[in-house]
Amino acid sequence: MTIRKTTAMIAAITMLAVGACSKKAPDTLPPAPEGTGDTGPSTGTGVVPGSQQDFIANVSSDRIFFGFDQYNVDAEDQATLQSQSQWLQRNPAVRVLLEGHADERGTRDYNIALGERRANAAKNYLASLGIDPNRIQVISYGKERPAAVGSNEEAWAQNRRAVTVVIER
Amino acid sequence: MTFRPISLSLALLLTAAPVLAQETAAPVAPPATVQTEPRETIEGQLSQERTVIAIPALATPAVTTVAGLRTDSLGRQIAEVIAADLERSGLYAPLGPGSVRAITMPEVTAPRFADWQARNAENVVHGFVRTNSTGGLIVGCYLYDTQLGSELVRQGFEIQPGDWRRAAHKCADAIYSRLSGEAPFFDSRVAYIAESGPKGNRIKRLAIMDSDGGNHRFITNGQALAISPRFSPDYKKIVYVSYLNNRVRVFIYDVANGSQKLVTESGNATFAPRWSPDGTQILYSMAVGGNTDIYRISANGGTPVRLTNNAGIDVGGSFSPDGKKIVFESDRSGGQQIYTMNIDGSNQQRISFGGGRAATPEWSPRGDLIAFTRMGGGEFRVGVMTPSGGGVRLLTNSWQDEAPTWSPNGRVIQFFRTSPGREGKSSLWQVDLTGVNLRRLPTPQDGSDPSWGPVLP
Repeated sequence: MTIRKTTAMIAAITMLAVGACSKKAPDTLPPAPEGTGDTGPSTGTGVVPGSQQDFIANVSSDRIFFGFDQYNVDAEDQATLQSQSQWLQRNPAVRVLLEGHADERGTRDYNIALGERRANAAKNYLASLGIDPNRIQVISYGKERPAAVGSNEEAWAQNRRAVTVVIER
Repeated sequence: MTFRPISLSLALLLTAAPVLAQETAAPVAPPATVQTEPRETIEGQLSQERTVIAIPALATPAVTTVAGLRTDSLGRQIAEVIAADLERSGLYAPLGPGSVRAITMPEVTAPRFADWQARNAENVVHGFVRTNSTGGLIVGCYLYDTQLGSELVRQGFEIQPGDWRRAAHKCADAIYSRLSGEAPFFDSRVAYIAESGPKGNRIKRLAIMDSDGGNHRFITNGQALAISPRFSPDYKKIVYVSYLNNRVRVFIYDVANGSQKLVTESGNATFAPRWSPDGTQILYSMAVGGNTDIYRISANGGTPVRLTNNAGIDVGGSFSPDGKKIVFESDRSGGQQIYTMNIDGSNQQRISFGGGRAATPEWSPRGDLIAFTRMGGGEFRVGVMTPSGGGVRLLTNSWQDEAPTWSPNGRVIQFFRTSPGREGKSSLWQVDLTGVNLRRLPTPQDGSDPSWGPVLP
């Protein structure tokens, strides 16, 4: 499993590089933004198996968060992605879109490249857990679709994210 | 041909004074004194040494109507556009048609200089508007030195009625060039992104307009996110990034027929497109497995050439005006910095050093400077540096000023400014190289990602 080793190594190296630099995970999750596929938590009634609602109801989170200009997947992110991979294993026909996002403190083109890094870091980790990478489509929104619209550390922490969204058919 | 310069002769003027006949072919004598040296320092004061220019409404030999436009109304509107152009340059204090008396047709070639001296005008612009026999317009444009009583500019344009703003810009360009010694820039166009809607779900549409915001037109309908447009040098095409069908891809939009095609077929995200100065090549950035590098491809398609190849993000890019070098940004050293390379990707060298990060480099059409976004202290500012990275000067100071684009003559920079917070908006601005003459551009909605094209032919 070359992919697995490489991913783990990259993660280890980048984590080392970040050192004590505090991340990230916001205290409260942002409201689902419109237009990027988030549909919010399940109501618990009439949930279609394999749907976005089902996904949200059965994973610890649909998103992981990153430090400023970082794209490493740390232990907390790994736990989130592991819960996502378990759901994906149970729903083998489902394909997902992995959205990479950046906060507003970068220039536009660079932030698209940064969002690509983040979405691919999440994709690679899911692949290392045995999810077929062909089931995962990646898209970077850069700073175009902030989940939190403030201009402060709390908002920026919520926006540096990779979000897994079920591709509904 | 809908817009062509013509030499002004007696026949075109119809009512001109006989004395004109001897002058038509005479070369224009240079003025004895021109008080308008471009300021080179950021400490310069906008108010000092602005040349007063009187710009009365253009005369008309007879009030006629073509395409619903009256020649007398056009005379006033053209004078207003000329005055606004010259005022925006920061070098002149125009007295527009709202503040000076109208002129008669004979005055166009025989100004009453004493009248304009009495208004403290060092220069006066005269002109006329008349219809021709084919449903078009003829616009004459003259610039005089009031003290010397000499003619500095004489230009005529035969145009379609819908192009009257271009005649005004061409006249303003001729005046600006004659008085400042700089190349013209008013008669040019801008592609940009019109923005609306809440910050978390902005609608972003490709739009185009004249350099002063006139003749505005939306191109895309906003259903798919559109970002980072660039006008081709001949204004016939626009490259931009569309999020159509949940993909990030560079399209080439054909302005004349509204069709568009992909720059290259790829399963990977392609973005940050740029034209070569001759319009034959396009740079774009492509992310493969999360890593972004810069590629170059013929504007007609074919096989792309990979120009960068390392683990950092390499993105954007801008050709030198001679087409031999490319300036681009990379975070290979840690944060974003600016690098140059040859167009085959060889000889990659970092040129930006010092505090903060440097991004979005754009090579001046004059070749002497590179405009960029400096990030530091939680702010973005627009600055310039030489192609070797020296002489850094920051021209703006706000929360986020991003993505400079050059005027055709390399003397003015447009960029977009974003305000912070939940209600944060973006708007288009321009600043000259002094950093003093800062203006907001009028747009019907919010705006970002301006791309300024060359002077129209």
